[in-house]
Amino acid sequence: MATKTQNSRAWLFVLPVVVLVAFNALIPLMTVVNYSVQETFGDNVFFWEGVKWFEQVLHSERFHASLLRQLMFTSIILMIEVPLGVAIALSMPKKGIGVSVCLVLMALPLLIPWNVVGAMWNIFALPDIGLLGRMINGLGIDYNFTQQPGAAWFTTILMDVWHWTSLVVLLAYAGLRSIPDAYYQAAKIDGATPWAVFRFIQLPKMKRVLTIAILLRFMDSFMIYTEPFVLTGGGPGNTTTFLSIDLVKIALGQFDLGPAAAMSLIYFLIVLLLCWVFYTLMMRHEAQ
Amino acid sequence: MRRFTWLVPTLYILFLMLPIYWLLNMSFKTTNEILGVFTLWPREFTLDNYRKIFTDPTWYNGYLNSLSYVVMNTVISVTAALPAAYAFSRYRFLGDKHLFFWLLTNRMAPPAVFALPFFQLYSAVNLFDTYIAVALAHCLFNIPLAVWILEGFMSGVPKELDETAYVDGYPFWRFFVKIFIPTIAAGIGVAAFFCFMFSWVELLLAKTLTSVAAKPIAATMTRTASTAGYELGLLAAAGTLTIIPGAFVIYFVRNYIAKGFALGRV
Repeated sequence: MATKTQNSRAWLFVLPVVVLVAFNALIPLMTVVNYSVQETFGDNVFFWEGVKWFEQVLHSERFHASLLRQLMFTSIILMIEVPLGVAIALSMPKKGIGVSVCLVLMALPLLIPWNVVGAMWNIFALPDIGLLGRMINGLGIDYNFTQQPGAAWFTTILMDVWHWTSLVVLLAYAGLRSIPDAYYQAAKIDGATPWAVFRFIQLPKMKRVLTIAILLRFMDSFMIYTEPFVLTGGGPGNTTTFLSIDLVKIALGQFDLGPAAAMSLIYFLIVLLLCWVFYTLMMRHEAQ
Repeated sequence: MRRFTWLVPTLYILFLMLPIYWLLNMSFKTTNEILGVFTLWPREFTLDNYRKIFTDPTWYNGYLNSLSYVVMNTVISVTAALPAAYAFSRYRFLGDKHLFFWLLTNRMAPPAVFALPFFQLYSAVNLFDTYIAVALAHCLFNIPLAVWILEGFMSGVPKELDETAYVDGYPFWRFFVKIFIPTIAAGIGVAAFFCFMFSWVELLLAKTLTSVAAKPIAATMTRTASTAGYELGLLAAAGTLTIIPGAFVIYFVRNYIAKGFALGRV
């Protein structure tokens, strides 16, 4: 923006934020970097190990497997939640009491603590006492998410769709609301089909909010930990062990600090890289 | 076809409500009924689960703990983010773009990466197991978000407002507090809503940084579930109660959610 004035004292304004975030971000990050290049046998004695842990993690099949699961999970939920959220936002009422009712009820899953979401879906989907489990089994399909990998994936994805589609709906709805009525009237005069209205008016106007929705959903689903951990515990076997779950298992379960730290850094870098790619792609698109 | 568009949101809301209904249903049942028979409605309606939570200090303290650090975090995040967002929306300064992107990268850091170093850091500064520790730790992802949201809202306010105030002889802080903050009240509402939301639902860090005195409710739940066998009714009642503060907050900001998003850059 060209209207901004040069002002170096602005640093004073951002100082509190920088201090607070740096305290929380840089010190732990340095700790992680520290662990990632050292070996310890307890008693706070450390040995320099160089990049050994990084090589080990990058070559480990376990890491590849959980990374692959993570990528699959994230792409599946993005492919479901984004179109579904847009479709729901498009068919929501435009004014009246219905708007408030819809918004309040839809936002509800977003404000439930994540382990409660996991626990809730656990008792909802259990084949013996859960409503969902009973219903699916009642249809004649053998379903038990604690034992069948397919069912575990299905339940985890359904849970995430339940939990987060509303975020896309809220953002897309806000984008739709910012379109002036004149656009629709012009489209009507031109005899535009509903598809054309969507393609040339609504979608371009929603681009910005959808960008944010996709970015937020991407980041959060890539870090998902609590919900699947409470729901399936990463099982059956390792079939729903996503990156964060695997990382906590190594760091706190086995207390392998070196490999865990190296894995943390690689994990963080992957998230950063993918976000940066998304971000630049979208900015370039916007500049055009 | 237009006539049936209401069906989509209705079906969606129905889908959203089903697990919540089941949780409520469970919370009014006795453990025997839950494990013994499959009923869509509690046959022996009981309030024992709720009574237990409201009379047992380890339970209700969990709620107070959670609410305390969430409110603290929301206040800290929004207060710190206000001047910063103003600087980002009004001024150019050395490294502003890089700083903004760096702030956002912290929103992308997986909490699992930071769990162990956080524990060591807050133990080292003697803040382990206090409200302020969790409140400060949650700043890691809430401050970037608050700055991001507020900056969007502030950029929507024309610069002429600032200039007119200076011409009228307002000193900066008086202008900021008396005029600017009321102008972007909706933005503050939305930012506070998101800070509240992400602090309230986060558990991994909150659990890592507390043991007894500041233990969040969600952590009390997990421990009870594992130690006291399988008290599903109690678990369901506690879960139901964690939904209430959220519902309360949404009800208050319901008008801002739709309008607020659109007003800001978002």
